[in-house]
Amino acid sequence: MDQNLEKILVRGNEAVAMGAIDAGCRLFFGYPITPQNEIPEYLSKHLPPLGGEFIQAESEIASINLLLGASATGARAMSSSSSPGISLMQEGISYMAGSELPAVIVNISRSGPGLGGISASQGDYFQATRGGGHGDYRMIVLAPSTVQEMYDLTCLAFDLSDKYRNPAMILGDALIGQMKEPLIRRKPQQMDLPPKDWKLTGAKGRKPNKIKSLYLQEGELTEHNWKLYQKYEKMKEEEVRFETVNTEDARFVIAAFGSMARVSKTAMELAREEGMKVGLFRPITLFPYPEKALYDISTRVKQFLTVELNTGQMVEDVRLSVGRDAQVFFYGKPPGALPPPEEILEEIKKYY
Amino acid sequence: MELVFKRPECLIDVPFHFCPGCHHGIAHRLVAEAIDYFKIREKTIGVASVGCSVFMYDYFNIDVLEAPHGRASAVASGVKRARKDLIVFTIQGDGDLGAIGIGEGIHTANRGENITLIFANNGIYGMTGGQMAPTTLLGQKTTTSPYGRDFTYDGYPIRMAEMMATLEGSAFVARVAVNNPANLMKAKKAVRKAFQMQVEEMGFSFVEILMSCPTNWGLSSLEANRRVEEEMIPYFPLGILKERKMADYL
Ligand SMILES: Cc1ncc(C[n+]2csc(CCOP(=O)(O)OP(=O)(O)O)c2C)c(N)n1
Ligand code: SF4
Ligand SMILES: [Mg+2]
Repeated sequence: MDQNLEKILVRGNEAVAMGAIDAGCRLFFGYPITPQNEIPEYLSKHLPPLGGEFIQAESEIASINLLLGASATGARAMSSSSSPGISLMQEGISYMAGSELPAVIVNISRSGPGLGGISASQGDYFQATRGGGHGDYRMIVLAPSTVQEMYDLTCLAFDLSDKYRNPAMILGDALIGQMKEPLIRRKPQQMDLPPKDWKLTGAKGRKPNKIKSLYLQEGELTEHNWKLYQKYEKMKEEEVRFETVNTEDARFVIAAFGSMARVSKTAMELAREEGMKVGLFRPITLFPYPEKALYDISTRVKQFLTVELNTGQMVEDVRLSVGRDAQVFFYGKPPGALPPPEEILEEIKKYY
Repeated sequence: MELVFKRPECLIDVPFHFCPGCHHGIAHRLVAEAIDYFKIREKTIGVASVGCSVFMYDYFNIDVLEAPHGRASAVASGVKRARKDLIVFTIQGDGDLGAIGIGEGIHTANRGENITLIFANNGIYGMTGGQMAPTTLLGQKTTTSPYGRDFTYDGYPIRMAEMMATLEGSAFVARVAVNNPANLMKAKKAVRKAFQMQVEEMGFSFVEILMSCPTNWGLSSLEANRRVEEEMIPYFPLGILKERKMADYL
């Protein structure tokens, strides 16, 4: 594929769709829901000419199960939705984790609970990072905060899900999905990935492959769960990604992800202008969470402010990560308008 | 001497775990024979649904994928869309297809997905111990219809084959039984035809097999066979409901 290094102005949702295509995804299954419709709209137009498949399924339950089937053949496939639809997918995601099937699921999250609203929210953090469906599993969760990252992290999600044979999620929100920003569509180098010798292609010249999550023999499921656990541990060792800004000399650090990290960054700059040594910690992988990096910062910094577009979810991970002598404050906004940076600055001043 | 009755190549040489007199084993055999007949074992993917047929992967000598309860037809469609050169089938129970997965079943047929769906209708939830199914007959007692199914509470038994036949996307729809040799021969032909439809890319093929569940019906094998004849077939008439002669879209 030609590398297009020119900047193009696109919406975050379109950047996700472009990333999927550039990562070699040729199958997409989804059901309409605001604020992610630009993803299926883009792919319904661009996949067929590439020989790909686009199905507007009858529900998100069907979407996730179409995805499960396509993934079992070794193909790269994706589904996207927004919060209520992602809730419907949870059983399927659990089956994919249990069956060790890779796939990318995009949540351009909106606000809840229930029908909630279509404004940006980070209320799905727990659902995304704690498994979400039944059983003891985890999903790789990537949280973009720019349109460029919507593209880059979608590409990365395909590699990581293949590497670990585990579903991976892009957790965006209405703001990043709808926002237009310049994008450089630079296809990243694909990781060195193990061959998919498990895939279903017909048992020709080999023993049949079986992909399942049912384990009934004595001890089998225990062993399987430990095996999955080892994968999650390996993710924690190898896949943690985060961004730090001005944390070296900081006395006070804001922790925020996704769209809230953007506002927090501006708040940090305002604080710096007023002479306060404030830094920013932005996890890019929400699972695996950058626990160690945050702990290391907390050996120097003793005050943290977690800022989220909810009533407090990631703040638990921040508290779990930092050293015992660090103070963790929380500033939350339930869904609706994003707080202006000045509002966060006021919070900083309360504790700094 | 020529061997006239042998294990299909497509089945692994292990005994079925099904209860004595259960028709699931016969359905497996019919599918295996059809796969052998078309010599497609090496390019067939089976999708196991959740019900007594979930252990498909222990019996079929082919690649198998397990689907969540009710979602087998969506999973099978996903496999097929990714690899149109493969043959994909699923065996779904009446709870699986007629209740929890009816949406996926209907839309799979309606999209004309070129897969084969074998519908195992035994009028009961076998695997979970004999609860009422959407196909349980009126008056039939189950563990959750202890007074007998009453339409004022539970509605009527669903005729899936008739419903599937109304959809433009379905290419072949039949209902068969395997309770006696004559019916079994017709069932064998229908299952073979369903796979032929897929091989010839004619679209969605569907065979409903009326099956016994002696264990949860509380009957002996022979009594269960008789019940299929006397109670099920009158409500679920046998026959070919639809057969597309050429792929309409060609
Ligand atoms: C989401 C979900 N709900 C319920 C179940 C429990 N369950 C397993 S099999 C089954 C019904 C099986 O009945 P049927 O589909 O008719 O198959 P049979 O065993 O009769 O062949 C149910 C309800 C489940 N596995 N998953
Ligand atoms: S419970 Fe019923 S359907 Fe299941 S194996 Fe036994 S007889 Fe067959
Ligand atoms: Mg049943």
